Amino acid sequence: MTDSKYFTTTKKGEIFELKAELNSDKKEKKKEAVKKVIASMTVGKDVSALFPDVVNCMQTDNLELKKLVYLYLMNYAKSQPDMAIMAVNTFVKDCEDPNPLIRALAVRTMGCIRVDKITEYLCEPLRKCLKDEDPYVRKTAAVCVAKLHDINAQLVEDQGFLDTLKDLISDSNPMVVANAVAALSEIAESHPNSNLMDLNPQTINKLLTALNECTEWGQIFILDCLANYTPRDDRESQSICERVTPRLSHANSAVVLSAVKVLMKFMEMLPKDLDYYGTLLKKLAPPLVTLLSAEPELQYVALRNINLIVQRRPEILKHEMKVFFVKYNDPIYVKLEKLDIMIRLASQANIAQVLAELKEYATEVDVDFVRKAVRAIGRCAIKVEQSAERCVSTLLDLIQTKVNYVVQEAIVVIKDIFRKYPNKYESVIATLCENLDSLDEPEARAAMIWIVGEYAERIDNADELLESFLEGFHDESTQVQLQLLTAIVKLFLKKPTETQELVQQVLSLATQDSDNPDLRDRGYIYWRLLSTDPVAAKEVVLAEKPLISEETDLIEPTLLEELICHIGTLASVYHKPPSAFVEGSRGVQHKRLPGSAGSGESESPDAGSAGGVSEAPPAVIPSQGDLLGDLLNLDLTPPTATGPPPPSSGMQMGAMDLLGGGLDSLMGDESEPPHIPPRTHTPQSPQLPHQSPSPPDYSPTELGGDLGGSPAMGSGFGGPPAAMPASFSAPVSGGLDDLFDLGGGVGMPMGAYSPPKTIWLPAMKAKGLEILGTFARRAGVIQMEMTLTNKAMSVMSDFAIQFNRNSFGLAPAGPLQVLTPLSPNQSIEVALPLNTVGPIMKMEPLNNLQVAVKNNIDVFYFSCQYPISMLFVEDGTMDRQVFLATWKDIPNDNEAQFQIKDCHLNSDAASNKLQGSNIFTIAKRTVEGQDMLYQSIKLTNGIWVLAELKVQAGNPNFMVSLKCRAPEVSQCVFQSYEAVLKN
Amino acid sequence: MIHSLFLINHTGDIFLEKHWKSVISRGVCDYFLEVKEKAVEPENVPPVLQTPHHYLISIYRDKLFFLSVIQTEVPPLFVIEFLHRVADTFQDYFGECSESIIKDNVVTVYELLEEMLDNGFPLATESNILKEMIKPPTILRSVVNTLTGSSNVGDKLPTGQLSNIPWRRAAVKYTNNEAYFDVIEEIDAILDKSGMTVFAEIQGVIEACTRLSGMPDLTLSFMNPRLLDDVSFHPCVRFKRWESERVLSFIPPDGNFTLMTYHVSSQNLVAIPVYVKQNISFFETGSCGRLDITIGPKQTMGKMVEGLMVTVHMPKAVLSVNLTASQGNYTYDLATKVLVWDIGKLNPQKPPNLRGTLSVQSGAPRPEENPALDIKLKIQQLAISGLKVNRLDMYGEKYKPFKGVKYMTKAGKFQVRT
Repeated sequence: MTDSKYFTTTKKGEIFELKAELNSDKKEKKKEAVKKVIASMTVGKDVSALFPDVVNCMQTDNLELKKLVYLYLMNYAKSQPDMAIMAVNTFVKDCEDPNPLIRALAVRTMGCIRVDKITEYLCEPLRKCLKDEDPYVRKTAAVCVAKLHDINAQLVEDQGFLDTLKDLISDSNPMVVANAVAALSEIAESHPNSNLMDLNPQTINKLLTALNECTEWGQIFILDCLANYTPRDDRESQSICERVTPRLSHANSAVVLSAVKVLMKFMEMLPKDLDYYGTLLKKLAPPLVTLLSAEPELQYVALRNINLIVQRRPEILKHEMKVFFVKYNDPIYVKLEKLDIMIRLASQANIAQVLAELKEYATEVDVDFVRKAVRAIGRCAIKVEQSAERCVSTLLDLIQTKVNYVVQEAIVVIKDIFRKYPNKYESVIATLCENLDSLDEPEARAAMIWIVGEYAERIDNADELLESFLEGFHDESTQVQLQLLTAIVKLFLKKPTETQELVQQVLSLATQDSDNPDLRDRGYIYWRLLSTDPVAAKEVVLAEKPLISEETDLIEPTLLEELICHIGTLASVYHKPPSAFVEGSRGVQHKRLPGSAGSGESESPDAGSAGGVSEAPPAVIPSQGDLLGDLLNLDLTPPTATGPPPPSSGMQMGAMDLLGGGLDSLMGDESEPPHIPPRTHTPQSPQLPHQSPSPPDYSPTELGGDLGGSPAMGSGFGGPPAAMPASFSAPVSGGLDDLFDLGGGVGMPMGAYSPPKTIWLPAMKAKGLEILGTFARRAGVIQMEMTLTNKAMSVMSDFAIQFNRNSFGLAPAGPLQVLTPLSPNQSIEVALPLNTVGPIMKMEPLNNLQVAVKNNIDVFYFSCQYPISMLFVEDGTMDRQVFLATWKDIPNDNEAQFQIKDCHLNSDAASNKLQGSNIFTIAKRTVEGQDMLYQSIKLTNGIWVLAELKVQAGNPNFMVSLKCRAPEVSQCVFQSYEAVLKN
Repeated sequence: MIHSLFLINHTGDIFLEKHWKSVISRGVCDYFLEVKEKAVEPENVPPVLQTPHHYLISIYRDKLFFLSVIQTEVPPLFVIEFLHRVADTFQDYFGECSESIIKDNVVTVYELLEEMLDNGFPLATESNILKEMIKPPTILRSVVNTLTGSSNVGDKLPTGQLSNIPWRRAAVKYTNNEAYFDVIEEIDAILDKSGMTVFAEIQGVIEACTRLSGMPDLTLSFMNPRLLDDVSFHPCVRFKRWESERVLSFIPPDGNFTLMTYHVSSQNLVAIPVYVKQNISFFETGSCGRLDITIGPKQTMGKMVEGLMVTVHMPKAVLSVNLTASQGNYTYDLATKVLVWDIGKLNPQKPPNLRGTLSVQSGAPRPEENPALDIKLKIQQLAISGLKVNRLDMYGEKYKPFKGVKYMTKAGKFQVRT
């Protein structure tokens, strides 16, 4: 007899019959009845009507019956809260039972009953169970705290359960430790700033001890927790690595991957010349390979992570290419991932093998896979120069197969190869042209048109070919239309005599008959360019294109760093930072790899501050279709900015296009050229945060003059040139909209508070170099003002400066301008403009800045604290309505109150003074002789701080309440208030 | 952590759900079912899916989907490993893992799931411990239970759960004490058209069956441990001893378990036991093709190759086949286009051959893709990597156990491209 009998029903009505059985005197019958109820529940039938009858069965010695009733309770208590109270007494009693199994079961079940009334009764038993003598009960109770927190977080904090939970990390039993860690991690996820996991060397040591003895799941929790720790130095880092390495041989792949995460992160701190570093690298390869022999689902997750690992440290798997070869019966999701990694690992040494494989794959059945394989051949050609010729001939072979989608894909990648190796493989153009008619996908058509336009002078019938496309111009997709427009203009510039008619036709199609603004704008630009100055047009349109970069799809380094810290998580599967998609994580801490220490290279401030990612971000080729979108991404979300999205994106789109996108398209290429080094307009001006891809000889003002007309351009460039630096140095988060706020920014009073200079680096410590300094915000530019004094006997020269990562991404916007050598006893005043687009790391205190100054003698380090007021931006006035809504919206926990003593100002004077430092009063209210000023502040990274300042006439003590979504800044902001008001 | 679990059969019916936190409507599975529809083959459903409010992580095993729902950032491998553990447990308890057997034991299944996870945190996943808490159903036990009214839920705290050896229950007693070890190696290989090895590696596993009384402490040593550079161990193995002495020292769980898995990498030379000569071609004109496959022994180390079987996934256009096998039988499934040639033992003197014609749908274009051959084979008493167990010693107990080691080599993912 099996359980399936529980599913059979009788005609009389199931519920009725079950009710009778539940109330039976016979234990056996009761149990059978409860089982029937559970069975119905599992398949989604509603049996909640039996609640009182089932709860009646709870008082029993039979453990199985008790468990079954508990199962039922957990499911239905929520829908019958009043009835559920009936069960409380039994729970409380069971929590005192001599049998630990029953105590644990009771506390466990109570936690699962998500009814507020019951949770109140739960607190006392839970407190006892957390201190129970039996570890089994303690570890169950630890999890229960997490459950309770999920239901009522406030209650958990009020009852002090969090502290008890923290104590359990030092429990003698490893399982208890593991569960406490798991519970704390879960709680911490919903409280990102609560600093629940106070990791210090002592707790780390306890965790490492527990790691060896707890279950595999516990090991995962502990390893994930360890990964959040930042070791003090390389020695500690190495000792943790040594104790974690054995986990790489665990049978559970999740343990292995979590261990890999810890090692990948802590490795950053090890000096590269250390023997242990090499050993560790070698140890990482086998477990990663082993993950690939597991079930396909595990393989998939492993492959997504390996993809990150090979980007960060390609040396680990460089000899393991073969394990990524695709088997024909791999699931498609595994095949595609393997292909990706094969390309990443491709090098001159193994390219022959890889190409042979890729060619094999290109004849498989699955269309997606075949396409990707063809694309991969193109990527190999771009990555490994020596193989380019072979790749091209392989692609030609594939084109000969005439399989439609293979041909189209091949043409798309050949276009990229042309971009990388211009004037090398043009002999194949004839073969490509043969396949013109079979192309039906926009991307392939656009690629082909680009090729025809680019090499128009070598294709005899280029005009015929392009004309044939023109017939169905309106039916083409936008990317084909744009490409066709550009190609015909190129053709015209190359063969002006024969193609005049053609170019007029396409220009009129683009400007008059199209309602696509991109197309129209581009058409107009060409038109004016051609009619004004054909020579200039030629220079612009036929300008030499920068080569495309070899790594077309690398993850952006800061994101990669963050993802490496998240190996094994969902973030690593999606290759997105957790903040981008995890619901419920309100506010996210960005994890960063620790910088290396102790190694020889950290002597130079460069390596020290960049933490191993000093390589320039490689250029990314966006697909042609969303050039605009990519430009926007590129410009408006610099790697580390976490500010809110810019409010007026429509405006920016237009402006950006004219600034960069339009010109880029003008050049007639589909790909974003590599970043041109940012230009500086005046020696003082900081770097342009927007890296405009216009050709170097085209300054935006000239362009504005040429094209005129557009309102966005007018407002953007009509301002006095002196205003340019201010606008461009404006905060990252603001993007272009700051440009429009320019008027206000320039005219603002110069009264921003700047503290007096203090000694940052005494001559004693710096071989005679003394640095006094302060920070100031002048005309919207943050400046670091220093007095350098040479107190040594010899001449100092070759000054340079570098910042460590800091809370707000402050970085020098230009080199340190000490042009003449500093002779003994000479002083020099230097003002260094700063920007806020540097790498970010939270500092303690928040406004701490670590600086390295170099001269011909040595490198010196010092740290200083900047007044946070210099980060207050000029457009920090918040709308009143928004202010009200935001004030309400920010939880009260985030409110901080401070008292400013001995300030003899009236409220208006105070308001004026604060305004000078970009603290804007947006409303004032007088209640019973007390002035309430409501003020708003915006930081460079887009954080808003709202303040309420209470000023009572005759009382020199002001009260200030600060509310901010990032409460960490409150303390610093308060200090600024104090400093500004008292000076 | 893991929020809910849904069991779904291959036609897309949800037949069991379990929630460890609040109840999530089974409507969440619609996202999954939609992707499943699109994927055509159930194997191709991606294991991690994103929905507006949840993440769905699934595995496909024994024609069932185990679908878990999570809401917060959880390591996906952790979830996948756990789901496989659930499937393993069902297999272990009920002898198979199928929709009907799960439905037949739904209450036990529910009790098990409750015991395996608490608030989404794994609680007890070791089969030894679970069996102490919830006894597996047997016919005898259900008869006894009905007569005596006793239950199949243990009412004592499982002994192993908190000790340093959570995998072993206390007070094990056997009249016959025995310990058997099976060294099983699978060859994963890809051979190209000309028979050259593109890629080959060995996945090895040591399966153990120990029925030993008390707390035995075992030491297993190898003749050639240097072969093993990439290993994963059962938690019972003392890693330090392995690092320093290259011996496996452990207190075993009771019953069947996987002691270790290892991986002999593609950088070592891997012996390929058979050679395959094949020619599958389709004619440019006329609607037919030709097939000719011969298999012969290569590096068999003097052992007999058994259970030889060749599977070919023919292109869709192949309507029927007309072949002659010099040994064994062949079948061609018209619906799935799978040709299976069951050869049996390999005769080294007379290599088996299969040849004949393939008829292709008339008018259809010549098939582009070339079907790969999938080879299955078995060799008893041989570990193809050359791994050999040296000796097994037992400490801590007085009795003398029966000991045995068996070797076996199998083809894993062994493919020949054509």
